[in-house]
Amino acid sequence: MSKVLLDVRDMAVQFGGVRAVDGLTFRVHEGEVLSVIGPNGAGKTSAFNCITGFYKPSAGSVTFGGVRVTGRRPAVIAASGIARTFQNLRLFGDLTVLDNVRAGMHVRIRQNFLDAMLHTPRYWRGEDAATAEAHRWLDFVGMEHDRTAPIRNLPYGEQRRVEIARALAREPRMLLLDEPAAGLNHGEKARLLDLMRRIAGLGIAVVLIEHDMGLVMEVSERIVVLSHGKEIAEGTPAAVRSDPAVIEAYLGAEDEEAHVEAERIAAETGPGGTTEVQR
Amino acid sequence: MNDESTLRAGEEPLAYAGAVEERGPANVALGGRGVATPAASGRTTAGRALSGVLASRWLGPCVALAALALPYLNSSTYVIQIAVDALIFVMLAVGLNIVVGYCGLLDLGYAAFFAIGAYTSGLLSTRFGWPLLATIPVVVAAAVLGGLLIGGPTLRLRSDYLAIVTLGFGEIIRITANNLDVTGGPNGLYGIPGFGDFGLRSDIALYWVTAVVVCLAVLFAGRLGRGRLGRAWRFVREDEDAAEAMGIHTYKVKFAAYIAGAVFGGIAGVLFAAHQTAISPPSFNFLWSALILMAVVLGGMGSTPGVVTGALAISLLPELLRGAENWRYLIFGLLLIAVMIFRPQGLLPARTGEARRRGRRVRGGAS
Amino acid sequence: MDHFIQLVFSGLFVGSFYALVALGYSMVYGIIKLLNFAHGDLYMVGAFAGFTVLSAGAGVLGGGLLALLAVMLVAMAATGGLGVLLERVAYRPLRSAPRLSVLITAVGASFALEYGIAVAFGPNPEVYQMGVSDGTLNVLGARLTYAQLAMTAIAVVLMITLDTLVRRTRTGRAMRAISQDPKACLLMGVNVDRVISRTFFLGSALAGAAGVMAGVYYGKIDFLMGFVIGLKAFTAAVIGGIGNLRGAVLGAVVLGLLESFSVAYIGSEWRDVFAFGFLILFLTVRPTGLLGERVTERV
Repeated sequence: MSKVLLDVRDMAVQFGGVRAVDGLTFRVHEGEVLSVIGPNGAGKTSAFNCITGFYKPSAGSVTFGGVRVTGRRPAVIAASGIARTFQNLRLFGDLTVLDNVRAGMHVRIRQNFLDAMLHTPRYWRGEDAATAEAHRWLDFVGMEHDRTAPIRNLPYGEQRRVEIARALAREPRMLLLDEPAAGLNHGEKARLLDLMRRIAGLGIAVVLIEHDMGLVMEVSERIVVLSHGKEIAEGTPAAVRSDPAVIEAYLGAEDEEAHVEAERIAAETGPGGTTEVQR
Repeated sequence: MNDESTLRAGEEPLAYAGAVEERGPANVALGGRGVATPAASGRTTAGRALSGVLASRWLGPCVALAALALPYLNSSTYVIQIAVDALIFVMLAVGLNIVVGYCGLLDLGYAAFFAIGAYTSGLLSTRFGWPLLATIPVVVAAAVLGGLLIGGPTLRLRSDYLAIVTLGFGEIIRITANNLDVTGGPNGLYGIPGFGDFGLRSDIALYWVTAVVVCLAVLFAGRLGRGRLGRAWRFVREDEDAAEAMGIHTYKVKFAAYIAGAVFGGIAGVLFAAHQTAISPPSFNFLWSALILMAVVLGGMGSTPGVVTGALAISLLPELLRGAENWRYLIFGLLLIAVMIFRPQGLLPARTGEARRRGRRVRGGAS
Repeated sequence: MDHFIQLVFSGLFVGSFYALVALGYSMVYGIIKLLNFAHGDLYMVGAFAGFTVLSAGAGVLGGGLLALLAVMLVAMAATGGLGVLLERVAYRPLRSAPRLSVLITAVGASFALEYGIAVAFGPNPEVYQMGVSDGTLNVLGARLTYAQLAMTAIAVVLMITLDTLVRRTRTGRAMRAISQDPKACLLMGVNVDRVISRTFFLGSALAGAAGVMAGVYYGKIDFLMGFVIGLKAFTAAVIGGIGNLRGAVLGAVVLGLLESFSVAYIGSEWRDVFAFGFLILFLTVRPTGLLGERVTERV
């Protein structure tokens, strides 16, 4: 197998008395497509937030590309090559589609305040290149709507695509997708599947949190299963599907699952309604 | 606007009516219809024409030209006097707009930077005999230092803490200026020199210096807002977490906005000192900070034409409604609430779309 | 030593004023996370409400403690009602709006109250026509006036009443619940709007009481008197841990003592600079305050 890109060891985080992530260890290899699944409340999003620096892990370490990034600022971790999307879309609603994608390029655009104030040649070069690249990423994800309009007016599915384009514009080595298929219809899911494969084709590792098992089984090379903040199984889709521990975890959590699932759907029907990182 | 400027009662009333008429077409009317009819959404023809005017790249140069040409249209001391006041107010509003409009940080003590600028240049010029121009680098340094002192600890915290801390900072600066001997205590500083008269009538010379500085300030603030840093400000305003996830160091970005605002405020202070020739603590109280904020909010946060119009309206309105100070402020307060509830984007809101740039490639090309 | 005790007493006295205002600040912040800039102005309105009652009933009321209590009750009802109105008209429509909009609205409300009073009563200071007995008392060598004693006592009674209300009643429980999770409260059938209204009523009424006390004690009121005290109250709330009611009282006492000593040793003209400087320092070193919990809002 290829080189280890992300190495998470014994990571833990707790809120009050609840251990959302409790000694989680797993690895992501370069260019692979890995899914993280598990019943609701298993700590998947919390794990994402720890890896990307939005939560400070209370124990354990996160190493990315050989560099320890545990507890660093989200911006620093993002700049080191991890991009992410959010469970509830987190776009810059009042800004245009293009500006949203330009956000991903922010750290790469070379321009200081004098360039901006005096409109130097370097300013125009940088801006034009950024605009062109933004268009390329929007083409890549297949976003067809007006790109010069504020993004909050776009349909939900298109907003999801822009969020992925924005993350890709970060030119990450690893992309974390938090429930990208939530709220998408059948056709849109098929396009998402295709998109994820093309992203992997660029050599970007994709880590996916997803509840749609069909999608997960289809796209993943490996699957990590979480329950109560711990890894309970890991392996190929086929191996995980028949793992008794996995079945137990899902069935055991059925009641809770039904409840939380209802809540999740409620949250999804009002996209953009929540403004907090999900815990 | 301030005590000195409203007390030119000796002038004939005609001149002042003329001033309003003159400045009306020159600076206000281009965007002015929007004030009467909040229809910038483009639904009516008037509204569409207005947003066309606002979006035009010629709007800025035209207004700047009108501002520079004012002394040829009417050069009475009264007109020049209130025009300088209005221009300084525009600069303050544009500076605060960086902090509040672009970055979404509420600064309630903006007058503090205005005071820092005025007092620094006033001190250096009256006590040490520096030419006013030479004080500007020191003023910039002092404003940055003030920004570091207040922004450093508070920008890490929830954004609403910044509001109240800046409010306290404004008071600290004003009271300090009032208590120290070196700043002249309650009497303040007087005898501050101008920039020189270049062989012109001294107030007109100062007017032109002010007009050039302010026009450049408006231009630079707008450009800064459209560049890389300006985008980052808006990302932070819209969603800090998402901005962080894109590798944007939100603390540094907020800091940059706060410091940029401080520098604009400081330089406006230098102009103010040169214009008034005497400064004292009451000129920098909370009322000023609040009025600048109102100009930004009423005009439209993040919108340069809006903010400039708002500033001109708020600074020139008192010339029309004299003697009803308290009523005016009561109405401003109520207006602020009403605008936030019914039209939070302001009267001349920032454009939310993106213009395709003329003559430049938009699509394709290598990155 | 006598001097020291005198300073402590005056600090506690001023602190009890601050506490009454800081409580409302902290309550409102705790429940809807709003910095109510107009809160200090409600204190000012309270003073003017008391002034109006006094001028209207000058002959009937006479002097004395009972009259003071009567005036205070009327002023508390008036400011409480005004607080409710303010929330209903200005803040409620913006409950889901960005924080910046609400803060600006609060600044507008503060402005409107200040200059509304300036329009109604004129911009010049008004004189409170109420003398409370000016006898003095010697405690441990320090001099205390009866007026100071009476007002501190009233303030303490009001604080204890509020504390009991918040801890023992249904409304109090609902208030604490909403400050934890307003959405869950809505789902659980708590009438969130009503509870928020009541919070505003209580907080504003306390500020109004403090306003009347300030009028009686200092003898002079003006329409800008709420500005600085609003800032001080916020400082007190932050020192104690904003959102925490007992913390607000503790913070107010700490601030009162600090000011009392700084006036004695640095000079009264630096008192406000000292207080606000302390606020900035405190936010740098311990933003959660003395009694505040560490919040896991962001890392």
